[in-house]
Amino acid sequence: MTVIPLGVPRRLLEFTIDGEPVRAPEGSTILDACRAAGKDVPTLCQGDTLTPKNACRVCVVEVEGARTLVPACSRKAEPGMEVKTDTERARHSRKIVLELLASSVDLSTTPQVAEWIKEYEAKPDRFGPDAARLNEEPKVDNELYVRDYDKCILCYKCVDACGDQWQNTFAISVAGRGFDARIAVEHDAPLTDSACVYCGNCIEVCPTGALSFKSEFDMRAAGTWDESAQTETTTVCAYCGVGCNLTLHVQDNEIVKVTSPHDNPVTHGNLCIKGRFGYQHVQNRD
Amino acid sequence: MDLHFGDSKPTDEEKAAVDALLGPPESSWEGADRSDADLRWARGGREARERRDLLLPGLHAINDRIGWISEGALDYLCRRLTVPPAEAYGVATFYAMFSVEPRPATVLHVCTDLACAAAGAPGLCAGIESRLGPGSGVSVERSPCLGLCERAPAALAVKAGDPVRTAVSAPATVEAAVLAASAPDSADEEPPAAMAVPQAGEPGLALLSRIGVVDPTSLDDYRAYGGYTALRRAFELGPAGVIREVTDSGLVGRGGAAFPTGRKWQATAEQPDHPHHLVCNADESEPGTFKDRVIMEGDPFALVEAMTIAAYATGAHKGYLYLRGEYPRALRRLEHAVAQARARGLLGDDVLGQGYAFDIEIRRGAGAYICGEETALFNSIEGYRGEPRSKPPFPVEKGLFGKPTVENNVETLVNVLPILTMGAPAYAAIGTGRSTGPKLFCVSGSVDRPGIYELPFGATLGDLLALAGVRDRLRAVLLGGAAGGFVRPDELEIPLTFEGTREAGTTLGSGVVMAFDDTVPLPRLLLRIAEFFRDESCGQCVPCRVGTVRQEEALHRIAERTGAAAAGDIALLREVGRAMRDASICGLGQTAWNAVESAIDRLGAYE
Repeated sequence: MTVIPLGVPRRLLEFTIDGEPVRAPEGSTILDACRAAGKDVPTLCQGDTLTPKNACRVCVVEVEGARTLVPACSRKAEPGMEVKTDTERARHSRKIVLELLASSVDLSTTPQVAEWIKEYEAKPDRFGPDAARLNEEPKVDNELYVRDYDKCILCYKCVDACGDQWQNTFAISVAGRGFDARIAVEHDAPLTDSACVYCGNCIEVCPTGALSFKSEFDMRAAGTWDESAQTETTTVCAYCGVGCNLTLHVQDNEIVKVTSPHDNPVTHGNLCIKGRFGYQHVQNRD
Repeated sequence: MDLHFGDSKPTDEEKAAVDALLGPPESSWEGADRSDADLRWARGGREARERRDLLLPGLHAINDRIGWISEGALDYLCRRLTVPPAEAYGVATFYAMFSVEPRPATVLHVCTDLACAAAGAPGLCAGIESRLGPGSGVSVERSPCLGLCERAPAALAVKAGDPVRTAVSAPATVEAAVLAASAPDSADEEPPAAMAVPQAGEPGLALLSRIGVVDPTSLDDYRAYGGYTALRRAFELGPAGVIREVTDSGLVGRGGAAFPTGRKWQATAEQPDHPHHLVCNADESEPGTFKDRVIMEGDPFALVEAMTIAAYATGAHKGYLYLRGEYPRALRRLEHAVAQARARGLLGDDVLGQGYAFDIEIRRGAGAYICGEETALFNSIEGYRGEPRSKPPFPVEKGLFGKPTVENNVETLVNVLPILTMGAPAYAAIGTGRSTGPKLFCVSGSVDRPGIYELPFGATLGDLLALAGVRDRLRAVLLGGAAGGFVRPDELEIPLTFEGTREAGTTLGSGVVMAFDDTVPLPRLLLRIAEFFRDESCGQCVPCRVGTVRQEEALHRIAERTGAAAAGDIALLREVGRAMRDASICGLGQTAWNAVESAIDRLGAYE
């Protein structure tokens, strides 16, 4: 389902991307305008339902007159701006950022990143075998989801989704500083002792698989996770009358995880614990 | 917000520490005993949430009294302020001076930064640690620059209790530092601030004229030496007139960015959104910088007066003075000065009887260099992690609490006093055409008379070093601190102006001039700089969070190598450094590679 938002028509700004004139509605980001113009700018931390945090710095572009590169995901387009998305300078920063990330965390379950590493000729190994890595064991402390911070790029999306942007539970935040900064619940306790309400909206927005369904985590460990064999069916949650959309991911006739379409005007991808995790009764065949 | 608190309870002392700041709790919703009234109505909610900015003072209150922040204490503070415990935990673990693990009541911070390292800090640390082993009741922590470079090496003891006690030992010996930690009340008193000003009492000084001359605790003395004439003149001129004078004076920010002060004030003053805020950035944490400390300790009323003028010009009625947590004496002096000024009608509802209301609140940092970045400082005051915000929007539009804010550092503000007393043309006649006025320099390292020097812009690096008594066999000079750059001993003709240093491919930064003779091992110095940035990165963006680590690793690999053996890692450093400069969110990541790059290019550090 595609929803066309109806609102006051917005003025169009005129500026250029890579020398070509473009028009974008007032308030658009450079990234919006690039995508509308059919240009691909890579990004990891940007999310379609959240305010951009611009922490990953993969989407940096060159803007005429700016001293440093600017993050396309969060910088608003301005009239007359001259944006260059693919200069040597921008490509260099993207390459280094990809190298820094890939050398410090496990990006094996991050969609698209392998293509970018190839495209930008990033060589994460060149920092040597002793380069500091997170090297953390997955935190498996409940039956619903797993926190594998060895895959975390600190994009802050789970923090924002748990906090004032969606869930208002504020169960997670960033603790520590610098390379030691980590996503944590209060007092770095197990999830079961925290304020978490298991809505799973953090999993929905996680771009790297650092947060995953226990079912997916276990299947990956067992080597049985096979996305190509999965079907996706979007339906309506039957628990209450709100009408949230559920997308059931089914492999071998078993529901393996539940997501929610981000363009749904009711939920924008958010669910509660029942919709997200309460599917076992469907496949209880005893 | 549906807050969840665990079952950990505060001790009576932890509760008392928080209640001393916030007052006693009124209902069981915020930690009092349950009463009948609690069944009918709830306190907290919006009312408490609006006090979120008391989170940092609350953490200080607990840390000061107990020495560390337990789960029970943190949860109690969160209950009182309606702050989610996960967020408060994120804030508490952000600052170096707080601990969420049990530790002894006394912490001895031993400075290991550039000037102190050159003056024998490693040996001092080892000596202190062997004397104060486990069980001594003292936790010895290696600290970034304590801002006592003129008296290197330095140590700061903080003993938790009610009240918290502090003692400084500088120049520190093992015995003196151990005494400061074990009995802070009986440690030797610090020398007066004027000892850091070799020019103290000399005629012709504009910014340092009162240091060593006035009693920093006496408002009357301050007025006897010209205090508050600038504010009177400001009231004569009116806000627009003050901004015109500051603009005409050519004053630019002295914190390192060199942005025109008049333009910043004008942009804030004309914002339609209200209230406007004034923030004085006294979070001086750049290694090698101690000028703001000396001003605040030696002439605190000058800062109070200058803040009043800045607020009047920009339409602010509230000023926040954000002071770094490692400056206990400056804190005491300023608290006293603010109280005195308030008592005498120079702060408050009716400043100088002019019908203008202004007051100053002092906020204490807790050990984070990044909080000197202007937007990180706003987050810190507001009770969030001290992470920089992305710009735009700029602070003049959306700053502290989302309102138009003018932020200046201590030295910049203090310059406003001579501008108003001598007039813009006379002020602009000092220095050079584009760098006007007097400038403070923090000279330390291999010199006979380290300290703060005031010179008109345009003096050369050689002039300044001669004044400070530079020693023989000078090997390198670090200009602008860890975020600045090195120059060679044959480059002492560089004029100390913004344009002169820029032309020479370096920077004036915050006014740091550190001289190193050939006994100082350069690779170890560069490692310390890299270590500093790795420790102080907030961790928000990838280029800085990981880049500073990779930089330090590469410098470790080449610490003992030169020439071809180092070439590969130097090329790697250049590539990473370029991306850090281009793609980091804020100035910390953007400048973290400057000093190392200059040491490679200008000093041939690894040739």
